[in-house]
Amino acid sequence: MKIALTVNGEAREADVWAGESLLTALRDRLELPGSKNACEQGECGSCSVLLDGVPVCSCLVLAAQADGHEIVTVEGLARDGDLHPVQAAFADAGAVQCGFCTPGLIVATDDLLRRSPDPTDDEIREALSGNLCRCTGYAKILDAVRLAAAR
Amino acid sequence: MDVLTPRTLEEALTLKAVRPEAVPIQGGTDLMVSLNFDHLRPEVILNLNEVAELRGWSRENGVLRLGAGLTYTELLHGEVAEALPVLAEASRTVGSPQIRNRGTIGGNLGTASPAGDALPPLLVEEAEVELASTRGTRRVSLGEFLVGPKQNALSQDELIAAVVVAPSRQPQTFMKVGPRNAMVISVCSLALVADREHGELRAAYGSSGPVVGLVRAPLDEVGSFAERVAAAASPIDDVRGSAAYRRHALGVLAARALERCLA
Repeated sequence: MKIALTVNGEAREADVWAGESLLTALRDRLELPGSKNACEQGECGSCSVLLDGVPVCSCLVLAAQADGHEIVTVEGLARDGDLHPVQAAFADAGAVQCGFCTPGLIVATDDLLRRSPDPTDDEIREALSGNLCRCTGYAKILDAVRLAAAR
Repeated sequence: MDVLTPRTLEEALTLKAVRPEAVPIQGGTDLMVSLNFDHLRPEVILNLNEVAELRGWSRENGVLRLGAGLTYTELLHGEVAEALPVLAEASRTVGSPQIRNRGTIGGNLGTASPAGDALPPLLVEEAEVELASTRGTRRVSLGEFLVGPKQNALSQDELIAAVVVAPSRQPQTFMKVGPRNAMVISVCSLALVADREHGELRAAYGSSGPVVGLVRAPLDEVGSFAERVAAAASPIDDVRGSAAYRRHALGVLAARALERCLA
């Protein structure tokens, strides 16, 4: 079936299987592999995207449900080839090891800082509670969020 | 496989009448897992995201009507949270921000899992479920609606339209046991209302029986209430916890909830 949606500000169309997730549509049909596919059950957050401005797990959205809606993926955050400030803060703080969880964390962090430019540690932990990282132990991720907020 | 996306409730009900096998989807936090893991291959999916009548909430004569499409995020703050703090507390424990942004109260009822976090709060607040079809609408108590583990009283041609509840506005709380503070399917959970107006204690337990269960007692029997809640449950051993642990933990939660609500 055909869906038409806005992805990172651009009108896009995709021919999707009726039962497939938005994540599959983004990665396999729209050539946007930034959102990562890991648990496929909403546990890990590595597929996080903004759906109409709200962070969601794209693995839990039926691609057909995105028809007519606006999606922002991690690829939509950087501008003109420069890293987004949150991406730069993650790199500078050493919050990236294997990097698999990073796109989801960047999307979740960007959403947090838009809502709360100077978040408390509790707010940061809450906002990132749906994003798992198995490398860093989270300390450097919290550093990165604080750094992005400070900048 | 087909996806049908109605724009109005009337259209949705007509589609459900014509294609009763259609599986409804709202936030997808349950159904998408079944699709992603090949556990379910429905012929037809009925996407309810675009049905405006299922969104939002209204109030009439102190009775709240919560649309089936209300998300947990929408239940966290504002007037509904003030009227039903027990439901707001439970919503806060659901999944993660990403899950709360998508998961809906109607989906929780449709899935009818004994671990559904919205169910114990709605049961202690004596909520009713509004079911709609092209034949009309009917209301059933939540207790009648939940007929078994992941089984509810919906007829094939019906959709969950709303939850109707007259908030008690009495001291109330929700508690949940799990291995971390997010992304947890409850090991066991408890909602409790100390209803001074009606001289009654009500508690509902989750993940401790085939369905969410309700226990009532007169307010003056507070001394034995925690034991009574633990005794009423019929938990099983599973991957998340043992029956014995669940029963013990329920007693502890009930005692703590009473302390909170009767302080």
